[in-house]
Amino acid sequence: MSSTLSSPLSPVVSLSNVHKSFGALKVLDGVSFDVGVGEVAAIIGQSGSGKSTALRCINALETIQQGTIQVCGHAIHDPALDRRALRRDVGIVFQSYNLFPHLTVEQNIMLAPTCVKALSKGEARDLAREVLSHVGLEAKADQYPEQLSGGQQQRVAIARSLAMRPKLMLFDEVTSALDPQLTGEVLKVMETLAREGMTMILVTHEMAFARKVASKVVYMHQGRVWETGTGAMLDDPQTPELRAFIGNGL
Amino acid sequence: MQSFGLIHVEFLAWAALWTVGLSLIAFVGGGLLGFAVALARVSGSLAVRAAAIVYIQIVQGTPLLILLFLIYFGVAVAGFSGVPAILAAGAGLTVYSSGFLAEIWRGCIQSVPKTQWEAAECLALTRWQRMTRVILPQALRMATAPTVGFLVQIVKNTSLASVVGFVELSQAGKLINNSIFEPFTIFVTVALFYFALCFPLSTWSRSLERKLNVSRR
Ligand SMILES: Nc1ncnc2c1ncn2[C@@H]1O[C@H](COP(=O)(O)OP(=O)(O)OP(=O)(O)O)[C@@H](O)[C@H]1O
Ligand SMILES: [Mg+2]
Repeated sequence: MSSTLSSPLSPVVSLSNVHKSFGALKVLDGVSFDVGVGEVAAIIGQSGSGKSTALRCINALETIQQGTIQVCGHAIHDPALDRRALRRDVGIVFQSYNLFPHLTVEQNIMLAPTCVKALSKGEARDLAREVLSHVGLEAKADQYPEQLSGGQQQRVAIARSLAMRPKLMLFDEVTSALDPQLTGEVLKVMETLAREGMTMILVTHEMAFARKVASKVVYMHQGRVWETGTGAMLDDPQTPELRAFIGNGL
Repeated sequence: MQSFGLIHVEFLAWAALWTVGLSLIAFVGGGLLGFAVALARVSGSLAVRAAAIVYIQIVQGTPLLILLFLIYFGVAVAGFSGVPAILAAGAGLTVYSSGFLAEIWRGCIQSVPKTQWEAAECLALTRWQRMTRVILPQALRMATAPTVGFLVQIVKNTSLASVVGFVELSQAGKLINNSIFEPFTIFVTVALFYFALCFPLSTWSRSLERKLNVSRR
């Protein structure tokens, strides 16, 4: 299935009636939403509402039972999906950073460009310096992950993804493990990316950040898209569930 | 009848060299084969995984003595009589070591968190690149201490090679005893030789483990 999704107005990501269960547990129950080029979509919702699962489905880390998902022209639901081609277009950052502990910061970043894009060591090193300066960490190039703070590790993880020049970035609660000050430095990096026009989908509990940066907010509840709108939706919730969620969250 | 003397110690020292040599063959051969089996054991293909499990179960479930007999007499039955003892013993110990090393290394590979696989996968690395660039370097750190520890088992188990006529440390002890009959002196000396070989290894293994616990990197 090679649909042409290259027109600037067509969505980068499109979920349509996606169903996903883990055994008997229904986690996604007919989820649909689109994310356009340059858009920043924030997925919010209670713990267990299926946010991470939705994000993982977009990156083909989970397989879905029903529905369709299009991502940067890749049909995720297609059993013949070329996963490696998909991963060249999509970057993902996890709550737990998942840096490679045996490699320095610079080597963490250089690994994929040299392995996957066949860049030379020199080119990859230049690239590493560039993305590190983007997240304000040039000075840490030769350190090992364990020598960095959580916030710094998370910025390295973002830089590592950026080095693949993705068309879409996914973030799964990337600040949840950080204290408020470190959260701030990571959010700043993400805000810069958003301003530069990166298409992003972020699962977040940071309501203020979602309101400020997101062009689209998707509120999930019990495996469904319960309410969706712009950041302003958070000031004027339509459903009692979202009202209750925001009431608790703030 | 002469009594236990320097000449016997020399004979034992010479036999100890064969013990070391046989241990090395078993370790290198078993290491190569075991590494391949460990990789097969975590393969993406169910059939390959199943084959590796069966191999490991059979090797671990068979006494080394029987393995040695099987190879020694099996080769003879296949029409090659007069296999050199070192080949039969080396092959038996190689198979034996591969079964255990494969299982030790599988454990190390699988103890690398799944999130590391996932992170590497999300960077578009191939399965082979994920394995060689991300997983194995981390597994290696965990594997060194138990691997060196297993070397001690190999050294001690070479004593069974005498059943296929290989003269290593234990067999040399028996031979001396047959001629001068001073079992206690002889076998204490033999034990001291084994201790001299194994003690440095187990000390090394323990220090590797300590180092690993201090720095997780
Ligand atoms: N691999 C899995 N196997 C079985 N159940 C799973 C698996 N992953 C997630 N679940 C279950 O699916 C449900 C939704 O999980 P998910 O991680 O998507 O929620 P979430 O909205 O991201 O929650 P949180 O805010 O706590 O991260 C939960 O009940 C969870 O226990
Ligand atoms: Mg989650």
